[in-house]
Amino acid sequence: MTDKVADTMKADDRALGRSTRWRTAIAALGMLPILILLAVGFQFINPRFFTQTNLLIVMQQSSINIVLAAGMTFVILTGGIDLSVGSILAASAMVAVMVSLVPDWGLLGVPAAILVGLGFGVINGLLIAYIKLPPFIVTLGSLTAVRGVARLLGQDTTVFNSDLPFDFIGNGSLFGVPWLVIIALAVVVLSWLVLKRTVLGTWIYAVGGNAEAARLTGIKVPLVLLFVYGVSGLLAGLGGAMSAARLYAANGLQLGQSYELDAIAAVILGGTSFVGGVGSIWGTLIGGLIIAVLSNGLILAGVSDIWQYIIKGLVIIVAVALDRYRLQAGART
Amino acid sequence: MSAIARIETVRQPVLEMRHISKTFGPIRALHDVSLTVHAGELHALMGENGAGKSTLMKVLSGAYRPDPGGEILIDGMPAATGDPIKARAAGIAVIYQELSLAPNLSVAQNIFLGNEPRRFGIVDREQCNRRASDIIARLGVTFSARTPVTNLSLGERQLVEIARALSTNARIIVMDEPTTSLTSRETDRLFEVIATLKSQGIAIIYISHRMEEVYQLADRVSVLRDSGYVGTLDRADLNASRLVSMMVGRDLSTFYKKDHRPPDSKRAVALSVRGMSNGNLIKNCSFDLHKGEVLALAGLVGSGRTELARLIFGADRHISGTLELGGKPISIGSPSEALDAGIAYLTEDRKQLGLFLDMSISDNISMGVLARDAKAGGLRDFAAAEKRAAKAMSDLSIRTSSVQANAGSLSGGNQQKVLLARLLETEPQVVILDEPTRGVDVGAKSEIYRLIDNLAKKGIAILMISSELPEVIGIADRVLVMRDGTIAGEVTASEGEPLRQEAIMELATGAAQ
Repeated sequence: MTDKVADTMKADDRALGRSTRWRTAIAALGMLPILILLAVGFQFINPRFFTQTNLLIVMQQSSINIVLAAGMTFVILTGGIDLSVGSILAASAMVAVMVSLVPDWGLLGVPAAILVGLGFGVINGLLIAYIKLPPFIVTLGSLTAVRGVARLLGQDTTVFNSDLPFDFIGNGSLFGVPWLVIIALAVVVLSWLVLKRTVLGTWIYAVGGNAEAARLTGIKVPLVLLFVYGVSGLLAGLGGAMSAARLYAANGLQLGQSYELDAIAAVILGGTSFVGGVGSIWGTLIGGLIIAVLSNGLILAGVSDIWQYIIKGLVIIVAVALDRYRLQAGART
Repeated sequence: MSAIARIETVRQPVLEMRHISKTFGPIRALHDVSLTVHAGELHALMGENGAGKSTLMKVLSGAYRPDPGGEILIDGMPAATGDPIKARAAGIAVIYQELSLAPNLSVAQNIFLGNEPRRFGIVDREQCNRRASDIIARLGVTFSARTPVTNLSLGERQLVEIARALSTNARIIVMDEPTTSLTSRETDRLFEVIATLKSQGIAIIYISHRMEEVYQLADRVSVLRDSGYVGTLDRADLNASRLVSMMVGRDLSTFYKKDHRPPDSKRAVALSVRGMSNGNLIKNCSFDLHKGEVLALAGLVGSGRTELARLIFGADRHISGTLELGGKPISIGSPSEALDAGIAYLTEDRKQLGLFLDMSISDNISMGVLARDAKAGGLRDFAAAEKRAAKAMSDLSIRTSSVQANAGSLSGGNQQKVLLARLLETEPQVVILDEPTRGVDVGAKSEIYRLIDNLAKKGIAILMISSELPEVIGIADRVLVMRDGTIAGEVTASEGEPLRQEAIMELATGAAQ
């Protein structure tokens, strides 16, 4: 009798193991099927979609958003939000172009932009981690304030440098692959390494999953929060340098407007939970690509600018709804 | 047999569940369970976690359809199965552990939620409030039907749930661990309400792990084990050893384990607490905890036991008080400092404050020592984590298919063992266990007792908060009793005389004064 119970239990355990493995496999795939579906659909509408040139354009166009979204993934994994990345990107881009104008030291524009981004991110992080203000409110404030700083930096004008010493970042390629794409992929791989292979990464998931439990386990939650907002700011700074390098110019008023929304959309499309604790950087990569494929494909299909907005918005909602449904179905079996 | 008893036996039962089985694919959740409940009876349903109590109640409420062959009779008439709406219409109501009230609505609105009295298609507020007042008057409660639920205590909210059940004319009310989060006063009030309901002829099926409650309340007790029906005891036949042996299928004498040598007073002091206060509830608490000692911290719910533990562990700020660890003064400002010093704390609320439900069992176990295990550059040492998890699985007999499974997939007892494993990985010298067996089945309980005993043998000092007096007496060497935020007194065992339950209760309630 007990043997029989034990046997059925073992069989149940095996079945459970199988189904969890199957479920994690599906979960890892995430939104990839939707990305493929969209790409195939656009190819059907316009055969120019699947050309090497066009795919490189898609990736190049998505690169800055993916860099921002990578930082946003860190933040959202802790259950937070960073609304200030678009503004930080603008301020950093301003700094990048202005520093690039310094004779002989122009290359320092890139690290200067990154440091400025990091600085703003750390300020966000300090307010959230130590003063314990809600992330939404802190970054909503810095969204506005940093935008003002960006405009102040150039006295509310556009700054140019037609002889940008680091323009290769924005317009050059390595073995045919644009530098922007290489940087974005490098950021994704590095983020993966931090999130999945380091102690800090596990702490980030733990804080997002259960902040109070994390504290009682001895994890220094404020340091983790400081880190994620710092990373988000730093990557926004990098995004600023990339943007400046691409445009040879920066404008404190216009640059990076509503970039935070695209970054958040990429993270959410990538299946990262808005309450924190669950998600992956690969999902974010796919989410960013979905957004870029949509923009590019709709242009190739000759859809007007206005309709692009409507369709993009709807696709985001439908895709996330499908994802919910898929996860629920998975949980039921 | 008295005349009344004879009438009882011929009286028609209000509910009969006959030959209920339920299988989910290959898993057998219930096997041929029968249950008979009479009007005006409190029928306790006991069994380890996973014994099938919840499944049986879900069959009753219509959430699950039983396998063919099983039937449910209400007043002797076969009732529809697998249909929650028909079950409710037939007078069955279930009050779940997680209360399901809308906090911003009034008591009356909650009682009639989804079932509002209407006039011309518009919700009739007046009638709603009037009928709600009638119902809560039946329960003899003090709050008004217009009170927003958010202003009510947990215990009062539970009464609103009961009122909601009454509003649908429920005649069979299922209560699933209703006292888990109630204070003792609220519990008493609930018991009064239960008595009222019984006198009105309502049958109550009462699921609980707490023996004392069952003794106090139950007219009959049915026990489930391994998805099957074990038996039913009448009130007159109730006794602890019999109940436990029915639940676990073995004897009670091996249940509490106390093999470690109780320390004499000369044993070294591991932790010394002096004048601990938090400026609020906790006032001037002082005590010594010896090496190799199991010191219980008893007291009523709300007496400040958890609050004191959290002050010692640095989870909350103290405004005055000092700590000495192994004779050396230490200052602790955060849990991470406490852990570094060698003090570990097991929370009473494992889901909210303990586990990372979406993370793997392995990560959960290693969470406190990740930095210690880390390789160069802060990289995770996954092999070390696996090794720790594998060792914990065998040491604490955690039952799971894989250490990579989510902690959320485990049963309550196994989740508790995962938390204990995490705590032990930090190699503490002082361990504070807050309700270590809460919501844990009997089998896991005895394993946790054995673990505590083994820790004491190794010389680790253990401070155990517990609301279960049999457990306190069963495994503690000495008992501190808290009342109103201070340590009201100490109960020790003397030569040949064990700890006395009455002495603890007297201190806890203030009856000794």
